[in-house]
Amino acid sequence: MTLALETTDLKIQLQLGDDWFTVCDLTRLTPGRGVAALLPDGRQAALFRDRNGELYAIDNRDPFGGAAVLSRGLTGTHQGRPFVASPLLKQRFDLETGQCLDDEAVRVATYEVRAR
Amino acid sequence: MTATPGATPTIVLVGHGMVGQRFLEALAERGLTATHRVVVLCEEPRPAYDRVALTSYFSGRTPEELSMTDMEFIDTHGIELYVGDPAETIDREARKVTARSGQVFEYDTLVLATGSYPFVPPVPNKDAEGCFVYRTIEDLLAIEEYAKAKATVGAVVGGGLLGLEAAGALKGLGLTSHIVEFAPRLMPVQVDDGGGAALLRTIEDMGLTVHTGVGTQEILTDASGTVTGMKLSDGSELAADMVVFSAGVRPRDQLARDCGLTVGERGGITVDEQCRTVSDPRVFAIGECALASDGRVYGLVAPGYEQAETAAATIAEDETEELTFTGADLSTKLKLLGVDVASFGDAHGTAEDCLDVVYSDSRSGLYKKLVIGRDGTLLGGILVGDAEAYGTLRAFTGSVPPVSPESLVLPAGTGAPDRLGPTALPDDAIICSCNNVRKGTIREAVTEHRCTTVPEVKKCTKAGTTCGSCVKVLGQLVTAELEASGVEVDKGLCGCFSQTREELYEIVLALRINTYQQLLDRYGREGARGGDGCEICKPTVGSIIASLAPTIGASGYVLEGEQAALQDSNDHFLANLQKNGSYSVVPRIPGGEITPEGLIVIGEIARDFGLYTKITGGQRIDMFGARVEQLPLIWTRLVDAGFESGHAYGKSLRTVKSCVGQTWCRYGVQDSVRMAIDLELRYRGLRSPHKLKSAVSGCARECAEAQSKDFGIIATAGGWNLYVGGNGGATPRHADLLAQDLSDGELIRLIDRFLMFYIRTADRLERTSTWLERIPGGLDHVRDVVVEDSLGICEELESLMAAHVANYADEWATTINDPEKLARFVSFVNAPDTPDPVVGFVPERDQIKPDLPLLSIGMRPTENPADVLEGSAQR
Ligand code: SRM
Ligand SMILES: Cc1cc2nc3c(=O)[nH]c(=O)nc-3n(C[C@H](O)[C@H](O)[C@H](O)COP(=O)(O)OP(=O)(O)OC[C@H]3O[C@@H](n4cnc5c(N)ncnc54)[C@H](O)[C@@H]3O)c2cc1C
Ligand code: SF4
Ligand code: FES
Repeated sequence: MTLALETTDLKIQLQLGDDWFTVCDLTRLTPGRGVAALLPDGRQAALFRDRNGELYAIDNRDPFGGAAVLSRGLTGTHQGRPFVASPLLKQRFDLETGQCLDDEAVRVATYEVRAR
Repeated sequence: MTATPGATPTIVLVGHGMVGQRFLEALAERGLTATHRVVVLCEEPRPAYDRVALTSYFSGRTPEELSMTDMEFIDTHGIELYVGDPAETIDREARKVTARSGQVFEYDTLVLATGSYPFVPPVPNKDAEGCFVYRTIEDLLAIEEYAKAKATVGAVVGGGLLGLEAAGALKGLGLTSHIVEFAPRLMPVQVDDGGGAALLRTIEDMGLTVHTGVGTQEILTDASGTVTGMKLSDGSELAADMVVFSAGVRPRDQLARDCGLTVGERGGITVDEQCRTVSDPRVFAIGECALASDGRVYGLVAPGYEQAETAAATIAEDETEELTFTGADLSTKLKLLGVDVASFGDAHGTAEDCLDVVYSDSRSGLYKKLVIGRDGTLLGGILVGDAEAYGTLRAFTGSVPPVSPESLVLPAGTGAPDRLGPTALPDDAIICSCNNVRKGTIREAVTEHRCTTVPEVKKCTKAGTTCGSCVKVLGQLVTAELEASGVEVDKGLCGCFSQTREELYEIVLALRINTYQQLLDRYGREGARGGDGCEICKPTVGSIIASLAPTIGASGYVLEGEQAALQDSNDHFLANLQKNGSYSVVPRIPGGEITPEGLIVIGEIARDFGLYTKITGGQRIDMFGARVEQLPLIWTRLVDAGFESGHAYGKSLRTVKSCVGQTWCRYGVQDSVRMAIDLELRYRGLRSPHKLKSAVSGCARECAEAQSKDFGIIATAGGWNLYVGGNGGATPRHADLLAQDLSDGELIRLIDRFLMFYIRTADRLERTSTWLERIPGGLDHVRDVVVEDSLGICEELESLMAAHVANYADEWATTINDPEKLARFVSFVNAPDTPDPVVGFVPERDQIKPDLPLLSIGMRPTENPADVLEGSAQR
């Protein structure tokens, strides 16, 4: 996570192995909402930007329902930690760790993400 | 192999059912798992599960969800659990149990919790293919498989509690079901003749066929030995493809008999008040296999739990806790096939000189009986059709209730029934009979153990964790106790706002606050200010801003600026998300009236995009299976043809259904179609606390079902009658008459006021029905405000609505004309032309349905993802 400055030509990048994979312009992210990105190996990542400009990336797949929709959930803060609520059955996932806040046993993958 | 006991004494438990599991928990609570080796022999292929809730398997609960065994609990307490390995013999002299696997365990204490087996009457061909019993998950799996593959008609032998559950399950599997009961009424143990009659009528109304007063004489089979039906004691034959026996249970005491333990004449291992067998002080028996000291075998889980606690306490030898089991209450509450049935205490009135108070209404399938002693003590009762009062009545059993018994059985609305709150109960009243939890214990959970929510109290006291019938009363008690002990019950909307929705509405309106951030930063809770809010308050505030948009100077377009970030996921895509990530599309069809051209356009679009089409329950057409990137293309064509968003995704006006009315119908007295269209066009797009539904019927025959709507209109010779607060859904409610014989203008003005008053004062996700029941003064108060203008706000309500109507614009038309908004309608920000590979379809009945295996097998990679990506890799 990096604090992103409000400049137009910044790109969002995800770390995949040793590489940084460029996804899109930072401006494509509305604060408080997400977008989905297709990764070279066919996986999908959900990218989010909060009100303070912090960026987060987690796996896009809802582990409960199976659909690739986490990027379309509502975000928020719970006890100071950022989360997204799945649009399917509303389970919440910590955006920093991928931990499901409503089921200890479930966690989704996270990615390092930066804007530059 | 022989397991040699070490220095630590060994407890062997035979049977890991509901009671066995509770016994293990009771051991752990008393620290006995630390001082003892605990061995459990479990016959079934899975550890203990919730047998009481077994039937919920057919409504979607998986075996995993039914499980009651937390493996972490088993591990932490070092319990040795052998699944699928039943005890075969007991050698009491050597104190050894041999399991089927050949393992031998020496014990210091042996506990038998082997439960019951289903009794199958010894009729010819009882074991034929197609005969089943109803006791374990395995039984249900077998019934399901057979019913789906081979059966269309099913018969259940036994019209008791379980028989009715089994018959309901067969019906749920799509079978025509019959119930054959030997006794002259259904549920002979729990209810009396009056209750049985009410139950019978309701169950027959549901399409089940009941045969009472007849026995099963023989199972009929074909040449291959497969069930074809049964022969009844009156000589008749009943055709059926499968038979489920549910004719009662018998204690599983064979193991005990074989090792010489005393059993009762009619079965059951004889135990004393400590649940110790009368034959051997080292052996205990608990649950359905035990014959208790009062001479009864209990077939319910609550007494079994009490026995488990008693046995554990006895083994612990703690003088401060001397538990005994001397008998238990047989109260039950069930929701059988959707009918409430409850019986409690001395339901059949066996006490000397007792009197009955009966309320019976066979038209609506209601029957309520209370048994009252000479001195006014409530002794027991039976409730059929409405068991709302069960929790409180059961708890009052054994005492003189503070109000007259008559008022307790009369339905709400007749006379003035005193509703008895649970706060009136004495401390030793049992609130949860499954777990034997008294009111005092629940109060202590709040006052001493600092529980502040129902889930916390459930965890702390175990109340409400079994059949769930007491949870409602539990909730009322917790709130009352919190309030009484001065704890502020936080009525705030969520973790971000301490205000209610109504208060936030007033703040937004009075101070003309038109962004969420301003509201959060100025009026949010301390820690929430400056943050990102949450999934509860964002859409709620988004909705308040949208319904007041023109008045507070916000954009009326829900995807404008910050508002886009607040909307629920569905509103953000202006469509309804489906289970596989695709969307449904519902164009508005005001009043359900549509031209042939309109139908053709919808048909062409659905065909061209390969969508599944269905006529909805709201008189319009739903097209399913659109990918997110297809939504703008579909809507461009719909908007061109003159269609608008149907807001199927929004908490806003859905449909105004209509009947054909005066124009065609020989009974119609007003033009219901025109009125429905006018109303739908007037209130379309109005964001509200929950969805709003309406209907207009052309006469009192009510073909449009207006009385089940948030606002429903029925034509009269003199104008229109307006009904409000109706609801279908999970808790149906008939609407109340607000005003009669209104002119067109009066009707619309009154609805304007009613809706705006509701939007102003309701809670989040509160339909008009629950709102009307919650607000102080109820319907009378609402009538005072919107008809008599008692608060002097009607002018404001009307002008708020006028502003909404004047400001309305179709949000799909706005969206397809805005390239920046359209850019969001892609599956991937970095591959806008690539569809989401998880969204796939397979054919069904000449249309499509979601390809569900695709969701579960893991992500299928696109052919060559790297080719379609706009991004690039760099070091
Ligand atoms: C499509 C439809 C079923 C159908 O195939 O006929 C439907 C489908 C859905 N209903 Fe419904 N309801 C549909 C008519 C009804 C009706 C009948 C009616 O309106 O006459 C009812 C009972 C009447 C009532 O609401 O009082 C109904 C009571 C519900 C409820 C329970 C509401 C309640 O107060 O208890 C929900 C859940 C909720 O809103 O919280 C619900 C929720 C839903 C949702 C939105 C669930 C969801 O979030 O995915 C479904 C998605 C629709 C979609 O994807 O397009 N639906 N739903 C019907 C659409 C009507 C329309 O044209 O807009
Ligand atoms: C469909 C259905 C609905 C019900 N609804 C209700 C209700 O609403 N309210 C209510 O109070 N009760 C209800 N009951 C009854 C309730 O389930 C029982 O009272 C409760 O399960 C009894 O618990 P138990 O541990 O004594 O027996 P069980 O739960 O039957 O457990 C006994 C276990 O011991 C095992 N066993 C037997 N012999 C051996 C052996 N030799 N070695 C090892 N293991 C052995 C059995 O396989 C079984 O798993 C219902 C029952 C059914 C079937
Ligand atoms: S409600 Fe009355 S007017 Fe309307 S279709 Fe039914 S019978 Fe005809
Ligand atoms: S009465 Fe069954 S859980 Fe409380």
